[in-house]
Amino acid sequence: MEIVERFLAGDRRAAARLISLIENDASQAPQLLAALYPHTGRAHIVGVTGSPGTGKSTLVGELTKKIRVRGEKVGIVAVDPSSPFSGGALLGDRIRMQELSTDEGVFIRSMATRGSLGGLARATGDVVKVLDALGQDLIFIETVGAGQSEVEIARAAHTVVVVVAPGLGDEIQAIKAGLFEIADIFVVNKADREGAEGAVATLNYPLDMNQTEGDRWRPPILKTVAIRGEGVEALVDALKEHLGYLKESGQLELKNRQRSEEEVKRIVEEALLERLLSRLKEGEWERMMLRIADRELDPYTAAEKLLESAGDLGKEG
Amino acid sequence: MAERKVRILIAKPGLDGHDRGAKVVARALRDAGLEVIYTGLRQTPEMIAETALQEDVDLVGLSILSGAHMTLFPRILKLLQEKGLGDIPVLAGGIIPDEDLPALKEMGIADVFGPGTSTQEIVESINQTLKRT
Repeated sequence: MEIVERFLAGDRRAAARLISLIENDASQAPQLLAALYPHTGRAHIVGVTGSPGTGKSTLVGELTKKIRVRGEKVGIVAVDPSSPFSGGALLGDRIRMQELSTDEGVFIRSMATRGSLGGLARATGDVVKVLDALGQDLIFIETVGAGQSEVEIARAAHTVVVVVAPGLGDEIQAIKAGLFEIADIFVVNKADREGAEGAVATLNYPLDMNQTEGDRWRPPILKTVAIRGEGVEALVDALKEHLGYLKESGQLELKNRQRSEEEVKRIVEEALLERLLSRLKEGEWERMMLRIADRELDPYTAAEKLLESAGDLGKEG
Repeated sequence: MAERKVRILIAKPGLDGHDRGAKVVARALRDAGLEVIYTGLRQTPEMIAETALQEDVDLVGLSILSGAHMTLFPRILKLLQEKGLGDIPVLAGGIIPDEDLPALKEMGIADVFGPGTSTQEIVESINQTLKRT
């Protein structure tokens, strides 16, 4: 746990090492995260999602510059896909943010999805905790950007920014089908291009339809030209406003509690399954799977049998 | 459960604007199963060292075509040292004259790849380098 001490003393290399340890799921990850946990909970976590090519990385870079001017520290977790064939990954989000890399108030970490679907890596939430405990006031999570399947970000972040760009075909229709409900703020980036007003109008229409329940948050639609920094200051203001809304409405507390609930359930599920499987005799799992494939056994009965064998499983160390 | 992945930073120090070679290598390394952090063109030694720190890489690969390697590489190696990253092997590729090779090895560059090196040779060298560390 010496690494945790160095980390808590502000050692950035220790922070980077901790992230690797947690990401690689070393057996000590739970212990490390437990030691960090009391130091987390201060950061505003902002998810940035949207299709590839909409300018997410550039936008996150420009947002960070503006936030740094306000004196706050920023963490960035940028997720890119792992190759399903080689398991390797090309992590290129830093290209658009490299001038921030020498700013001591910024910590950027690239992550590969390592087989996880839904736009984030399995350990993304835990890596955010490390940056939170490091004292970063605002943490951006930039998702893979595969489009509609990225709802996991809604669980991981307090504020979700959905980025679209004009001229990308039916993208906005796709957003409406998938990402619409999770957006707290819409950004039409590359707004100097033709079609920006049309994009705003397309997003506005269903928002107008939804506006029935009293004082619910209505996602604002902001136009930016991230590459020139235009409209980015207003976006920072919108992030702050949304955080204010979450606090006042009690949503922040609710979100945090839901996240804790899901997290504890997930940890229990994984640990129980692992312990159950470790109790099986050599080859028993494979035999079971073969019997299921041959229709001698069904998955429901198999699962029931496994559960029956659990007994006092919870007591195991 | 998740396995340990080798992470490598591929960076282009200096002012030349040709990153094709670096990109080809980055892709080849991805296809060999590595996680490649690619930072693009015109990286200062400070950017490279700080990126290596934040990304906790196992290796650094430098691509350079401008001829400034004898100036830039020592600065990068020194900054890595200062940040406590002196144990990370640094590899180099690009246009580097043979007469500079002894000096580069002397200053601590683990391997140098000139034009015509196959991507398999680079992957092989990386595996060898990792075995040594």
